[in-house]
Amino acid sequence: MNIGSHGGSCGHSCCLRLQGLSVKIGNDPILSGVDLHVHCGELVALIGPNGAGKSTLLKAILGQIEHDGIIAFSVPGQRTRKPKIGYVPQSPVFDPGDPVTVADLFACCMSKRPAFCGLSKAMQEKVLECLARVHAQDLIHKRVGVLSGGELQRVLLALALEPLPNILILDEPLSGVDVEGMESLMDMLDELRETYDLSILMTTHDFASLPRYADQVILIDHKVVCQGKPLEVLASQDFTRVFNRKGGGSF
Amino acid sequence: MSLWYWFCDLLPMDMLHWDFMKNAFLAVLLMGPLFGLLSPMIVTGRMSFFSDALGHSAFTGIAIGCICGVAAPTWVAVIFAVCFALLFSYVNHRSNHAADTLIGVFSSTAVALGIFIATLGGDSFTKYNKYLIGDILSVTPGEIGMLLLLLLAALVFSFLCSNRLTLTAVHPQLANSRGVKTGTIQTVFTVMIAVVVTLAISWVGLLILNSLLILPGASARNIAKNTRQYHGFSIVFALLAGVLGLMISYWAGASAGAAISLILAVIFGITFTLRKVRA
Repeated sequence: MNIGSHGGSCGHSCCLRLQGLSVKIGNDPILSGVDLHVHCGELVALIGPNGAGKSTLLKAILGQIEHDGIIAFSVPGQRTRKPKIGYVPQSPVFDPGDPVTVADLFACCMSKRPAFCGLSKAMQEKVLECLARVHAQDLIHKRVGVLSGGELQRVLLALALEPLPNILILDEPLSGVDVEGMESLMDMLDELRETYDLSILMTTHDFASLPRYADQVILIDHKVVCQGKPLEVLASQDFTRVFNRKGGGSF
Repeated sequence: MSLWYWFCDLLPMDMLHWDFMKNAFLAVLLMGPLFGLLSPMIVTGRMSFFSDALGHSAFTGIAIGCICGVAAPTWVAVIFAVCFALLFSYVNHRSNHAADTLIGVFSSTAVALGIFIATLGGDSFTKYNKYLIGDILSVTPGEIGMLLLLLLAALVFSFLCSNRLTLTAVHPQLANSRGVKTGTIQTVFTVMIAVVVTLAISWVGLLILNSLLILPGASARNIAKNTRQYHGFSIVFALLAGVLGLMISYWAGASAGAAISLILAVIFGITFTLRKVRA
């Protein structure tokens, strides 16, 4: 079922369009016939019970797993079919014992010079610039293993924003983050979206923040069950049915 | 080499009176940076047990080389170890077993095969002892040249791949999303370790090789605050242990490889206590 005007050709400028997307792992269908649109500059939240295929959907979009169906990107004013995707992976666990600092992590991702040679001055400035986007400059010399959940998400967000993407994909960014951290993280995403005109697609189990921050919510349970404005989806019968049966979310 | 011998004669160390000690001294000076550089990558990549298993497979390769009557069984061992490493990577990517379980499977198979071949036809096992204990004092100028080549190869590899390798080790999904071919990079590193382990085995011996590959990195990890210190300390520790170990083995008349390992163990102990103080 579709709520609102997002089914088929929607008339909006779409940054990402999926049509008939199906993913099988072995013989098990994980996703089938998924159609969805992410409009430019929108924050779209993917919700669904555990094991509904949310992370799989993100991996398909990132091109990390095989899939059937169409995944099309378009960037206004550009002809490119391959946009830059920024990705923040799910609940990243870093070993607290590894002597890898935030600066080292950035250097590993962005610099050709080995991180064990230390960072060049230019690189150090570049890292600070990236961290400034998420107000986390003070974390540069901290080891990634000792960061709190919220700090780590900010660092990974800063990493995903370099180079500046057209679409930002976040897998459960709020898991492992305390309540205060959640709000400041969502505020920051909102700010980034405004500042850089980003489209954001994220999975989440935290429904309380959806009405305030999300433009569109898509409920998935191996297929698109329901999509539309946050309050419409959260109040829908489909939502109650899916989560009463399987659980796995919180207000 | 003659330049090196001339330089050694200038040093006020009576152990450097003999040519074989001069050779061994140069060899540990090359091995320090080599193992010191690779060690943090092995430790961060959780490959300690794997490098040990590679040592076992190298031994099997040597046994195969000997039975085939090849003049230089080490090269047969290198080929065998590379095959072993590639096969392991292949199976590891396609099975649902934990890596350490698979290493156990591969390691025991390799050892069994090695002993079976070595003792085939009632042969004695003792002639392989030198590969178990190893003897750095018997290192030849040709082998030192090989060590230098290995060091250069390790340097080139580190400069080209260490960033991607670190990223793969600390967070594979993140590495993947940044366009790193995690499988390829791990396989290349595995092959690199296979070659180093197999060539080094006849100089330092299977039993102590692993300590040289793991302890410098593990000790550095105790006290390093960032990646630069991690590699820096590791190289310093490996060099220090090499030189001190050689001197102690000369004075005490014991195995140089064992002395080097023991020094490394002491360094690990010291850095471990320092870590506790820092925390």
